[in-house]
Amino acid sequence: MTTTPPAPAPRWRALTQHHLFWPVAVLVVLLLINVPFTPDFFSVKMTDGHLYGSLVSIVLFGSPLILVAVGMTLVIATGGIDLSVGAVVAITGALTCSYISDQSDQGALAGVFLAMGIGLVAAVVCGLWNGFLVARMGIQPIIATLIIMVAGRGVAQLITDGQIITINSEPYKLIGGGYWLTLPFSIFVVAAVVAVTVALTRKTALGLLVESVGGNAEASRLVGIRSRRIKIMCYVFCALCAGIAGLMISSNTSAADGNNAGLWIELDAILAVVIGGTSLLGGRFSIGGTVVGALVIQTLTTTIYTIGVPTQTNLVFKAAVVIVVCLLQSPKFRAKVFGNRFGPGKGAKGGSGTSTAAPADAAPTTTTAAPKMEVS
Amino acid sequence: MSTTTQTPKATDGRPGTSTTSRAARLLGDRRLPVVVTATLFLVMYIVGLSRYQNYGFGEPQVFLNLFIDNGYLLVAAVGATFVILSGGIDLSVGSVIGFTTMLTAWLVEKQGLPIVVVIPIALGVGAFGGFLMGYVIHNFEIQPFIVTLAGLFLFRGLCLVISKESIAIDDSAVSSMAQAQAQLGVGFLSIGAIVALVVLAAAFYILHYTRFGRRVYAIGGNEQSAMLMGLPQGGTKIAVYTVSGFCSALAGLLFTLYIQSGDPLHATGMELDAIAAVVIGGTLLTGGSGYVLGTLFGVLVLGLIKSIIQFEGTLSSWWTKIATGVLLCAFILIQRAMTARGKT
Repeated sequence: MTTTPPAPAPRWRALTQHHLFWPVAVLVVLLLINVPFTPDFFSVKMTDGHLYGSLVSIVLFGSPLILVAVGMTLVIATGGIDLSVGAVVAITGALTCSYISDQSDQGALAGVFLAMGIGLVAAVVCGLWNGFLVARMGIQPIIATLIIMVAGRGVAQLITDGQIITINSEPYKLIGGGYWLTLPFSIFVVAAVVAVTVALTRKTALGLLVESVGGNAEASRLVGIRSRRIKIMCYVFCALCAGIAGLMISSNTSAADGNNAGLWIELDAILAVVIGGTSLLGGRFSIGGTVVGALVIQTLTTTIYTIGVPTQTNLVFKAAVVIVVCLLQSPKFRAKVFGNRFGPGKGAKGGSGTSTAAPADAAPTTTTAAPKMEVS
Repeated sequence: MSTTTQTPKATDGRPGTSTTSRAARLLGDRRLPVVVTATLFLVMYIVGLSRYQNYGFGEPQVFLNLFIDNGYLLVAAVGATFVILSGGIDLSVGSVIGFTTMLTAWLVEKQGLPIVVVIPIALGVGAFGGFLMGYVIHNFEIQPFIVTLAGLFLFRGLCLVISKESIAIDDSAVSSMAQAQAQLGVGFLSIGAIVALVVLAAAFYILHYTRFGRRVYAIGGNEQSAMLMGLPQGGTKIAVYTVSGFCSALAGLLFTLYIQSGDPLHATGMELDAIAAVVIGGTLLTGGSGYVLGTLFGVLVLGLIKSIIQFEGTLSSWWTKIATGVLLCAFILIQRAMTARGKT
């Protein structure tokens, strides 16, 4: 699915049709915008054995978002959505920090590992619950995960007793704020998670199974794929990623805030996935696109800071970017604005004649094997 | 925690559907969720009465306060009902409310406009925002979720563009409006509560007795068939989001009256409350089935949870969120039992 179509079209056209073209183009443009304002934007300096620079900090501050977005990609690929990741971030951080703060020696490695384990187990439980509701009970994903989104923050506040728990633990500080081999440690965590995900989904059949479940859950079940189990696995994985992000966020600030940790991260993550070219309808996904999408969002935030736009307009900018990116990805919009070059003919390719049944076909340029079929 | 309490409710429908036809008919009845919500409200009220009678829970004013304290939520939830009935979703509700409080406060306090002029402006801006979102959703076929998400960011951002600090409203006309009370004999209602009830009545009429209302149900039920029937699908969709934007702006005005200030962080996450109220009120999130009266009970149940937690005194505010989540879960499972029945 990641291959460019082997069309006899000119090179440029093949390039623009690659599913990563638009996200990467946006990212490059955003990065270039910074250069006139901060000429040494791309330089990376070495201080105290640590690498510093705008690019490093974009990846550092963006790492929780990348993690959450990668998990979200798989859930969206199954045709679902997970709104509860923000709450899971808060719960994980709250549990871990409250366990560490109860220790007499907050620096003890065993205690920190146990605390992180407890937090991640809680995240997995949340994922299992979501997966159970979606796959077993057949509830719409957006609603099923809304439950934990609403109740989860309450639970997180319950754990922290409505306070912000601060901790002072050196080993725990490493995962979100520490350095290793001159780079922020969280970059390695993100790289490991992304690598494992890509390996699992592209080197084994798992990715194909996920896409087929997202394309048509009933048909894949009839073919012999255990679609329920695949769905539950995706929700658990997504929650686990959110849990790791929760550890990172709480470790970076050395505090757990049940109310504000991971607030709106689910929206940013969904946004990253959409920018990355994964269709919200499910059936195909691109981990690489998601990572680029998350970087776009983080770069946008950084850009707003560096070019000196008042920070309060951050959200307006974000809204504008969302609209532009979504419009660019809408086949109908491109057909209207750019004429028939990116015409609707390609957009309707997988739609089997029901053009209204395939709105927001975010990646019409990829050549997916399975056209979406409408049952019912 | 919620599994143990919810499973009986979800399972007792199933044996009934296969064996007795009465239970099947009951489950198939679309009014069931509304009845369940209304019953739940009554039960909660009676439990509240028996527990806190000595603290004045039985006073009629406590009941009327439910409308006064949740009038804005009711208006917002009515708007969300329209959107959800049509099969869409509107995430921008809370932001539009926040933006309206900010805009109103700014126009009244900093620009010195009289509130009578500000009200139509605020309503117009909200409705126009909704119209734009509906336009993009329909014409460019982008998912409502993403478009209204952009709306959420945009309006919250515009709040901050107006001012980062909250603006208190000292205008005498506004405070006299806020303090106006309509005596009902046993108690009083504020202007906000009355407006909310009027909106509810209007929505009831529109949804059940006008052509537009039928179209909303038809599109939510099955967009494809609605289109094949020749219903003006695009116009209806855009109108639905416009109604939602208008309702959110009106809710914002009521909220401004209620707390008499504009703050960029007002009503953060209120869209979740609105959606929760609609779901608890028995409207199917897939669209096409539900009643606006159910939304009223949904809002009342949420309001009652808050009052009970206040009366209890020892419970902290976050229990509201947990209770809302548990209720959501219960009602979703009931809905699930119903739709499973409808399909077989």
